[in-house]
Amino acid sequence: MAEQNNGVSSSTTTTQPLWLLAEITYRCPLHCAFCYNPTDYDKHTQNELDTKSWLSVLNQARDLGAAQLGISGGEPLLRDDIEIIVEEAHQLGYYSNLITSGVGLTDKRIDAFKKGGLDHIQLSMHDITEEINNFITDTKTFQLKKKVAAMIKDRGYPMVLNVVIHRYNIGHIKEILEMAEALGADYVELANTQYYGWSLINRNQLMPTKEQIDHAELVTNQYRDKVGNKMKIFFVVPDYYAERPKKCMNGWGEVFMIVTANGDVLPCHSARVIPNLEFPNVKDDSIKGAWYDSPAFNKFRGDEWMKEPCRSCPEKENDLAGCRCQAFLLTGDAESADPVCSLSPNRHVIEKAVLDAQNPELQAKPIIFRTDKNSKRINEGEEKDRLSEFHSVP
Amino acid sequence: MTIEHEDIYKIADHHRFQWEKAQDCYVILFPEGMVKLNGGAGEVLNLVDGVVPVATIIKLLTQKFPDAPNLEKDIIGMIELGLEKTWIQKIN
Repeated sequence: MAEQNNGVSSSTTTTQPLWLLAEITYRCPLHCAFCYNPTDYDKHTQNELDTKSWLSVLNQARDLGAAQLGISGGEPLLRDDIEIIVEEAHQLGYYSNLITSGVGLTDKRIDAFKKGGLDHIQLSMHDITEEINNFITDTKTFQLKKKVAAMIKDRGYPMVLNVVIHRYNIGHIKEILEMAEALGADYVELANTQYYGWSLINRNQLMPTKEQIDHAELVTNQYRDKVGNKMKIFFVVPDYYAERPKKCMNGWGEVFMIVTANGDVLPCHSARVIPNLEFPNVKDDSIKGAWYDSPAFNKFRGDEWMKEPCRSCPEKENDLAGCRCQAFLLTGDAESADPVCSLSPNRHVIEKAVLDAQNPELQAKPIIFRTDKNSKRINEGEEKDRLSEFHSVP
Repeated sequence: MTIEHEDIYKIADHHRFQWEKAQDCYVILFPEGMVKLNGGAGEVLNLVDGVVPVATIIKLLTQKFPDAPNLEKDIIGMIELGLEKTWIQKIN
């Protein structure tokens, strides 16, 4: 076990997981173009863990130290055992969060969640206009989301709104924040699209320009000054326009653990894109064994695995060489520097991506929405042209 | 904001303060966040219960740690930090 000293863990020992994200199902009534779920998720919709297995996962992860629990998906409300999971989480002492599109949240269910001890609900919102909400999610959910927001507020939950930002809504940041304030939001996360899974294959259709991002950040800062602590606003910076990569997941196997619908235990959402890594699965492995002993979780811990220019970089502790999945997806080498870094020899792939996203011909290609049908088509090898520039082609 | 001895504070709405055995420390949990508290900070917030005033917190911790220097200043500093971070709120 790691030594703790004044709340700061030693960097030479393996730390405990603090956050458990339960991606409890990949089934989803929405079809968002920017979803970070794997494009091959259709493989994992038939073999979901049962309730008993999830309760075991919660117990095991809590024993290791996990205290924050996210119940996510897909749409977790498509499962009818969330009430049982919420109750168990509360009894174990988790601070639990239901991450939902709102579809399927009824008065009966939200009352049961409240009674069971669910701590908060994070609701996804998409835009102030019905047109864009319905377009980007490929559903008619705009009115429902406002209704659900009111239900959450009515039950005394902290209102946490998550808005994924992309080309279609980035011009509406001020209006989105006004809507959030009017709905009584306590927290708003403006999450610029990160390009994994479905958003990666729709990158040319989704990526805003640098000018749009800068303007959005300015508007956000002005709004933050205006509302102060009344509504906390987080602006998740898009890394393609940065000079240095993000410290992805706060380090591989440092604090986050994800258990997927079929029981795979992952250090991050998209880790399965990296080839030749065998991830533990809760059907065969303990959570403790997965975290401490599995080759996959140990693969990118610390800095021994790094290549140059990261290995000798004086800044390596700041970002731990960035995101392993992004490095693989964009360069074909999971051990290379995240190409977002301006010191990466592969920075040109990011610059090309930015240029491509401004190319009207590429922009005009249709969005591939996150649907079971499209996931099947991708699994069967269709859309090869579109996928060929990434290293995630199945 | 000046902290007065008669002020009473509680853990803020939507926040939870609890002991974490695996971490061997007190933590504050809230939407999207978790903060591990060092020993002294945890001792102070453990007494921020919406019942006792700051004066009592100072008295109790002085009895518990009679040799600690500048204890009152540290306690007030922790309460100021808790307010600034919105982990605690004043109720009187």
